Amino acid sequence: MSISNTLLGLLESGPRHGYDLKRTFDERFGHDRPLHYGQVYSTMSRLLKNGLVEVDGVEAGGGPERKRYAITDAGITDVGRWLATPEKPEPYLQSTLYTKVVLALLTGRDAADLLDAQRAEHLRLMRELTRRKTNGDLGDQLICDHALFHLEADLRWLELTADRLDRLAGEVGK
Amino acid sequence: MTRTDSAESTGPLLTATRLRKTYGPTAALNGAEFTIDSGEIVAVMGPSGSGKSTLLHCLAGIITPEGGTVHYRGHELSAMSDAQRSKLRRGDFGFVFQFGQLVPELTCAENIALPLRLAGTNRKEAESCALEWMARLEVDDVRSKRPGQVSGGQGQRVAVARALAARPRVIFADEPTGALDSLNGERVMELLTTAARETNAAVVLVTHEARVAAYSDREVVVRDGQARDITSATAGIA
Repeated sequence: MSISNTLLGLLESGPRHGYDLKRTFDERFGHDRPLHYGQVYSTMSRLLKNGLVEVDGVEAGGGPERKRYAITDAGITDVGRWLATPEKPEPYLQSTLYTKVVLALLTGRDAADLLDAQRAEHLRLMRELTRRKTNGDLGDQLICDHALFHLEADLRWLELTADRLDRLAGEVGK
Repeated sequence: MTRTDSAESTGPLLTATRLRKTYGPTAALNGAEFTIDSGEIVAVMGPSGSGKSTLLHCLAGIITPEGGTVHYRGHELSAMSDAQRSKLRRGDFGFVFQFGQLVPELTCAENIALPLRLAGTNRKEAESCALEWMARLEVDDVRSKRPGQVSGGQGQRVAVARALAARPRVIFADEPTGALDSLNGERVMELLTTAARETNAAVVLVTHEARVAAYSDREVVVRDGQARDITSATAGIA
């Protein structure tokens, strides 16, 4: 996730202090990975340098935490461009799991065991996310659902591969 | 055998040992083992036709395996008479199937009260209990409607309420969300698992959906007629 684009987007609703930006970011997007203050201030100084934000006021006492930042017109254009640009889907073509399965077959190890162990690990995380989702708000539910759908896709691949292990073993043994 | 209050045992609630069941030349179960304790939710997964529903039916005493045994609280199911097994299924066991299987001529409230009435509860008490479960499953507004007049999600919640109303010790759920959309399916799973945990009921949950299995405590995979608990599976290939 682009932290600078996100902080810039948060500023579009009105000027904020650095600590306020951090708090809002953490509440909305930083459940697992809250921002460090240092990240906020280094990002803001970069946005300042690029003319995407400006200092809207400084409280007495100085220091970066006293500055209030406002988005500029160029910043608003930048946020609009970022939101309108589709994220590139992950190609998922360099699968570590596939590599492990093939190597297990090539070296005479039990690939079915490997797939079962991976399946158990995926389901463990799915249980954890399901618990968080059940007890969470709508934001939590949507974030967890995104992860759950990806994990589910992986699991379907694990099942499919388990069903095709004999064939794959024949192919890699050639 | 009556409800097995007097038959306390210290072992697992329900155990299957070396189950074998064939359909023609196909072995649906071939030495399957399974165990579940009170309050546990166990997902049974596996490819289509792997024997997971057959395992559930054997555990519930609906079909009798050709080999192996099923013990419920220390009692072997195959040693019981048909009447005893029927009684067990009405009291200790609850069932939720893919398509609710509600009685179409009865209202939703009457469907929920039905197993209680069959178990000997008086009408007033059964109705009151049905309404209480309808409220918990968020379907009290369809109490007077018949199953054909409610949505799939509402019907499945009524089916869950019917399964839970008799306070079973084991709930057998066979693809309980299979006919529902994603949101309705998840709500049914939340309600089913929350209620089961509150009543300390065990749940045998047959599903092919990982997102549904994620509501369980552990997972058993049925493959080639065998059931393997893979919750703590580790690749023994180092």
